[in-house]
Amino acid sequence: MEFINQHIQEIYFVIFCVFIGIEVIANVPAILHTPLMSGANAISGVILVGAIIVMLRVPANDYLNLTLGGIAVFLGTLNISGGFFVTGRMFKMFSQKK
Amino acid sequence: MYAIIEVGYLIATLSFLGGLKFMSSPKNAKTGNLIAAMGMVLAVVLTFLAAITATVPYTNLIIMLLAIAVGTLIGKRLSDKVQMTGMPQLVSLFNATGGGCAMLLGLVEANQMDPATTIISNQILLISGLVTGAIALTGSIIAERKLAGKVKDRRSKTVIFSARILLGLMILLPVLYFIGIIPIGFTAFMYVLATLAMVYGVLFVLPIGGADMPVVISLLNSITGIATAFAGFVYGNKAMIAGGIFVGAAGILLTLLMCKAMNRSLLKVLAGTFKKSKNGVVEEEQDIKEISISETALSLSFAQKVAIVPGYGLAVAQAQHICGQLQQLLEKRNVEVNYIIHPVAGRMPGHMNVLLAEANVDYSRLKEMDEGNENMEQYDTVLVLGANDVVNPAAENNPDSPVYGMPIIRAYESKQVIVMKRSMGKGYAGVQNDLFGLENCSILFGDAKASLQEIVNQLKLI
Repeated sequence: MEFINQHIQEIYFVIFCVFIGIEVIANVPAILHTPLMSGANAISGVILVGAIIVMLRVPANDYLNLTLGGIAVFLGTLNISGGFFVTGRMFKMFSQKK
Repeated sequence: MYAIIEVGYLIATLSFLGGLKFMSSPKNAKTGNLIAAMGMVLAVVLTFLAAITATVPYTNLIIMLLAIAVGTLIGKRLSDKVQMTGMPQLVSLFNATGGGCAMLLGLVEANQMDPATTIISNQILLISGLVTGAIALTGSIIAERKLAGKVKDRRSKTVIFSARILLGLMILLPVLYFIGIIPIGFTAFMYVLATLAMVYGVLFVLPIGGADMPVVISLLNSITGIATAFAGFVYGNKAMIAGGIFVGAAGILLTLLMCKAMNRSLLKVLAGTFKKSKNGVVEEEQDIKEISISETALSLSFAQKVAIVPGYGLAVAQAQHICGQLQQLLEKRNVEVNYIIHPVAGRMPGHMNVLLAEANVDYSRLKEMDEGNENMEQYDTVLVLGANDVVNPAAENNPDSPVYGMPIIRAYESKQVIVMKRSMGKGYAGVQNDLFGLENCSILFGDAKASLQEIVNQLKLI
């Protein structure tokens, strides 16, 4: 109960996000499903924000966690950069006019 | 500063939403991608600025900057190099990195937080993020390996059984831990869970059949999104929660769509089981008509409306470019050419469309199954290329057939169907195709790519 009290705003937020997300994505036509998926994949790379936040609090002499955190930042960036670049490449093919 | 960052996250969240919204039309999709990408950069830069203003050791900053620089470069390189046929593998790989990031974040955060002062709900959220992230990590890697043809399906009872035990353990252990029965530290416990979840990820994807891959990729994608949302909860970061949930929703939506298109329930896909045909397989003698390449070229050139039904076989033969040439030739003769694409054509949702777009086929020519079926009787010739089960009328009128109930492209309703096949082999489902025996269906035997090339050559002469 304590959890719900503390997080009631977030819970509202999540519910709205679910509905808005489904509403927006259901409108994407089947021909764009592959780029939609890789684009969505890139958006899930926002986890990088979390990886940076946690890296701020790791003591500078805690090498194990610095390494793990560094890899996390690397993976998150790879997810974002690769995801958006490849999605852009696909969309470019769709928008080409002959 | 704090207010600026919050506003920045708000803008980022809106940009994700706006980006996805723009992706609903091929014309604006590029802009949508750009908007979402800029929102992402904003979120990351602001988080980083907060890092610099706070007193953070230089070591941490340098590690982060290096990781970001290398990550960006490798991401760009991988995305420039990938072939469109390899897209499902790359998307799986990127999905694995997202999951890996979520898992590592959980491990590092567990070390930073003091279990005595952290409320249990936050610990549960952290555990959930870690477990989902780890499953997405190894699951996506196995999916990638399977798509690349390096790992075969393992549908043994042991694999499925162990996977279920692990799933049970991952639910049971945290309960026992919070009751206080397991006497280890929180960090150590997180490592144990991460290991279990990683093994589970492998076992969970191993039994799933190759043709069910579109379902699995969508599902793993959504799991990564959910992992992100869990982590967002831990930090109370709305950009992360929203981003994660949008991705989770997109993944689930595509998963269900793919299941529906294959007429399989999600549970059956996950268990790796197949519907067996009832009463044994009744093989009927089929009266098959063959057609020659020149006859095919002739009937295509005299048609007014032609539809091409492509399947993954087309992509395997790397024939999509010749297919594009054929279309241009026919259009010069005022033949209208459309592609009718089944939702599961390819190895991930929408894959076939990407392959055809790469071959310079205009997207207005790409028709979804329902639209194609509505106007089917208007087509003079339907060319079936590397597709089989998705045009099998047994799916509609033979309740005993294993493919019964699967939505199909009703090619048989058109005036003439030409199926290009290498041999009389069966489709993925291993079912006889009733279409081949129909009056209006002829079969052009031979390699799809070579035959197409020959048709193109002959059309140039006619």
